[in-house]
Amino acid sequence: MSNTKKLTWKVFRFNKATDYLPHYDTIEIEVSKDEVVLDVMNRIKWEHDGSFSYRRSCRHGICGSCAVKVNGKATLACKDNVFELVDIFGTTLTLEPQSLKRVYKDMIIDKGDFWSKYDAVKPYLIADVEPHPESENVVSIADANKLDEADYCIQCGNCYYACPAVQVNEDYLGPAALTKAWRFNSDVRDNATNERLIIVNEMGSGIWDCVKCFECAEACPKELSPISKITSLHLQSFEKGLVENNVASRHAVGFKWSIMKHGILDEGELVKYSEGIPGVMKHIPEAYAMFKKGKIVMPWNMPKSKNLDEIKKLVASTSTAKF
Amino acid sequence: MKKLRYALYTGCTARESTPELLKSTMAIANKLGIELVLLDEASCCGASHLQDFDDMLSLVLNARNICYAEKLGLHMVTICNTCQLNTSLTKERLDNDPELKAKVNEKLAEVGLEYKGTSEVKHFLYALQDDYGYDKIASQVTKPLTGVNVAAFYGCHNIRPSHLQNHSNGGENPYVPKSIDDLAVALGANSVDYGSSNKCCGFHVELQNPKTANRLSGSAMLDAIDNNADIMVTPCPLCHLRMDVQQHNIAKEMGREIKIPILHLPQMVGLALGLSDKELGLNHNIS
Repeated sequence: MSNTKKLTWKVFRFNKATDYLPHYDTIEIEVSKDEVVLDVMNRIKWEHDGSFSYRRSCRHGICGSCAVKVNGKATLACKDNVFELVDIFGTTLTLEPQSLKRVYKDMIIDKGDFWSKYDAVKPYLIADVEPHPESENVVSIADANKLDEADYCIQCGNCYYACPAVQVNEDYLGPAALTKAWRFNSDVRDNATNERLIIVNEMGSGIWDCVKCFECAEACPKELSPISKITSLHLQSFEKGLVENNVASRHAVGFKWSIMKHGILDEGELVKYSEGIPGVMKHIPEAYAMFKKGKIVMPWNMPKSKNLDEIKKLVASTSTAKF
Repeated sequence: MKKLRYALYTGCTARESTPELLKSTMAIANKLGIELVLLDEASCCGASHLQDFDDMLSLVLNARNICYAEKLGLHMVTICNTCQLNTSLTKERLDNDPELKAKVNEKLAEVGLEYKGTSEVKHFLYALQDDYGYDKIASQVTKPLTGVNVAAFYGCHNIRPSHLQNHSNGGENPYVPKSIDDLAVALGANSVDYGSSNKCCGFHVELQNPKTANRLSGSAMLDAIDNNADIMVTPCPLCHLRMDVQQHNIAKEMGREIKIPILHLPQMVGLALGLSDKELGLNHNIS
């Protein structure tokens, strides 16, 4: 295999202060096998156009400032190898900022929305600290493991700007802030778990608005799986009894009741349980259309899993969650 | 080639609101000579929602489902992306955590079952692609889908998280998935090149946040339409419910007319194999 590749780079260019519309510069650059995207951005600036602007600092995958998108894929420029991107996308690569809506200049975006949501979850340790401690405040390895590596987040924003829920719902806190909420909620020294849980359970902005697409897990350069932290926050909210009784929480809990009764899910019953009778009314047009097409199973025809007794027994003996 | 046999985990939707999915799956399997043994004992996978409420229960239930495939000595195929996700997530956690596996097996022992980890779990799409082979399907096409522009819509839970799904999806890349596009081409259709094929339909917040759900599916559907799609095809019944049943609500939210037939993956295959509308349950489709 050749150690270099001739690549075509389409580079997003825009200066909010002077430009009406963005444009793309097309630049041919020969890249060698060990180069990362940041090397290419440096070469664009140093060898092609000194006005090309981007953020960079540590070059070691820890400051989180050089995050961009390549062909729509969230990328940490100093970490992601160019040849690996060529394997996915071919030899024409499009370099864009994380969000096209929030550009100041070229790759530099206004991350104000990211930081204000980050700030909203109280991203710091809230604890009664002894001002003159006489011994160390030791956290055991088992307790440290509860963080599930959430403390490795470098705030690059890759998950946040890859999250489709954020793109259509500007109130949604997004995966990075929620991961940070878990980072402190799983810390044995912290005293503000409930306070944060109330914040993240807010409808429209919190954990119940995650669409479960796993884009965040794919985008995270530290492989932290932010969505699993969101799941942990759900479970912790139930454990602490801080989940409000609403359509979303009943929807989660309703699965248990339905499984206990039929093994498989009773879709109609679940919607009824989640929405309540008045809420069901708004689904009548779809329900009618579905009924006409043979897509609704009547309660008396509801199929049941074979060996349902086993399922009932397992639910009774396993389930400890309360609502 | 030896006849392919799998244990079929239908999921709940295929037995209720998308009966056409089960019908068309069985019809094409029969036509292609693939044997699917129904796992009638299986329960709901929890659909990623029970997982938010009771982690242990969802693990035990999913492990129990896999046990029944193991008892048959067969690999499991799924026909719903979210079933695929929750079943394979359970499998991954149990196979990599002996302590957790022991805990789950302690529960399963109460009903005389044991999870061993001997059955693989893959979506039917990838059984067609990797085990059966598209060439062999193409050779049986009697009514090629010539001139039909197919927009593949992959659904999140077959392609993400890739480190998990790549065990069973032939290494499909979540940023440039190809399996359904390749299948459409093998059936004689044109595959539509559009950016939203790997995007989220929003199904999982449909009840609490219909606006988010409608906007997400709406932008993907308009992207397909604006790139001249005649139909959209999905391997996931939840994506299908969203884009088929909710199509008029989505159009309302987007402020544009949206009229596009949404087919289940096996319905597309069945049409090219010359199966009748009735055999493929097309009378159940709304769009």
